[in-house]
Amino acid sequence: MQPTLFSSVHLTVSQLTLHIRKQLENDPTLQDVWVEGEISNLSKPNSGHIYFTLKDKNASLRCMMWKPDAARLRVNLQDGMAVEAHGRITVYEPQGQYQLAVNLIQPKGEGALYQEFLRLKAMLESEGLFDPESKRPIPQLPYKIGIVTSQTGAALRDMLDTLRRRLPLAQVILAPSSVQGVEAPPALVNAIQSLNIQSPDVILLARGGGSIEDLWAFNDERVVRAVAGSNAPVICGVGHETDFTLCDFASDLRAPTPTAAAELATQITIQDLQEAISTLHSRLSSLTFNLLAEQKGVISSFISRLGYASPERRIQSDYQHLDELSRRAFSSLMHRIQLQSSIVDGMSKHLLSLNPEGILSRGYAIITRKDDGVVVSKVSQAHGGIKVRVSDGEFEALVNRKL
Amino acid sequence: MAKSSAKKSEKTVEELSYEEAIAELEGIVTSLEDEQNPLEDSMKFFERGQALVAHCSALLESAQLKVQKLSGESLSPFEEGSE
Repeated sequence: MQPTLFSSVHLTVSQLTLHIRKQLENDPTLQDVWVEGEISNLSKPNSGHIYFTLKDKNASLRCMMWKPDAARLRVNLQDGMAVEAHGRITVYEPQGQYQLAVNLIQPKGEGALYQEFLRLKAMLESEGLFDPESKRPIPQLPYKIGIVTSQTGAALRDMLDTLRRRLPLAQVILAPSSVQGVEAPPALVNAIQSLNIQSPDVILLARGGGSIEDLWAFNDERVVRAVAGSNAPVICGVGHETDFTLCDFASDLRAPTPTAAAELATQITIQDLQEAISTLHSRLSSLTFNLLAEQKGVISSFISRLGYASPERRIQSDYQHLDELSRRAFSSLMHRIQLQSSIVDGMSKHLLSLNPEGILSRGYAIITRKDDGVVVSKVSQAHGGIKVRVSDGEFEALVNRKL
Repeated sequence: MAKSSAKKSEKTVEELSYEEAIAELEGIVTSLEDEQNPLEDSMKFFERGQALVAHCSALLESAQLKVQKLSGESLSPFEEGSE
């Protein structure tokens, strides 16, 4: 090993490149930086990545944008365009080049606009214009829908198509307004205010997508105040999903697009209404049916109560009583007849036993007076002619001496 | 007007807007549900309810989005694509 005067480091190209890369990638400033410049050498190969050079009058910087970031790009990049690019410095080792890996690009000046946006937002927020408590409720079923937008834009067509499909029952009042440029803010304010005179149930404030400058009227303080001051609730559908304007914050409901604004305004659709009608119809029918059934029940309960209280029942019961009485009378009569007949029977037997014939045959006789028929049972009774009855007949005799 | 039908709208069913008709229909159904009306009134409610159902259905069936344009304070029909 040969000693050296200078303690130089010996490295391979790869080692050195790796070292440089680590140096750059460990510098926080270089890992989160906005770079301002003009685009040149723009290349968009089929891979979906984008390559370009950012330069100003003294320097240039190689830039690349990976496909996922490139796909989210809102601006249409062109050579010569002044932009602000955000990203981190990396090193492409095979070519020994450092480059800016860009994830966001905005037209130059947008940064300043954004600062203005933040300032105005903070100011209006502190005034309470964006308070959730002051939001007006969005009606579920608006019969009168106001629209503020450009009368020539696709946004209007999209909204009308959506409303026609979801709630053709509604009446739409269009307050046309220019939606970009210096004339837009006063026109929008006027449209919102004159629409409010028509007392719509809800107002759709909308504009199709565009650059941040295109949408800037919706960040204008006058327009934001008009939205906050509207009597009718305002649904704001400006630009695309990713665009936020101050009108979105001041409105009562933010919609990502004009079409979505029309959908949010019609939470109840005509299909829902048709279902509601048929539900009401069947409730009406079944209520009435039940009511009639109930009345029939009342009537039939009256009929049975009436039957119970009817004199027919008493008459029947009286008949029954009568039958009972007549049956009892008959049986008591029969009883008495039987009794009597047995008495007669007994007497006749007794009578039979008293038949004098039996005694006569034994030699006794029955003597009666001839003149008055008195039975002579004592001597004193006997005088004159008498009749003597014996067992086989009678004969007359004369009493000639009493002994 | 008869006292028992005080709640009923003065308009004939055909004159009612959808909004009015559906509100009256809901009122009738609620009244049939909650109140002890004389049977005769209930039958009148039912008949009017049937007419309201038919009217609402017809309005929904034939509904066409009405678009008007506001200029100043006056409204005029708006024809799409004509401007």
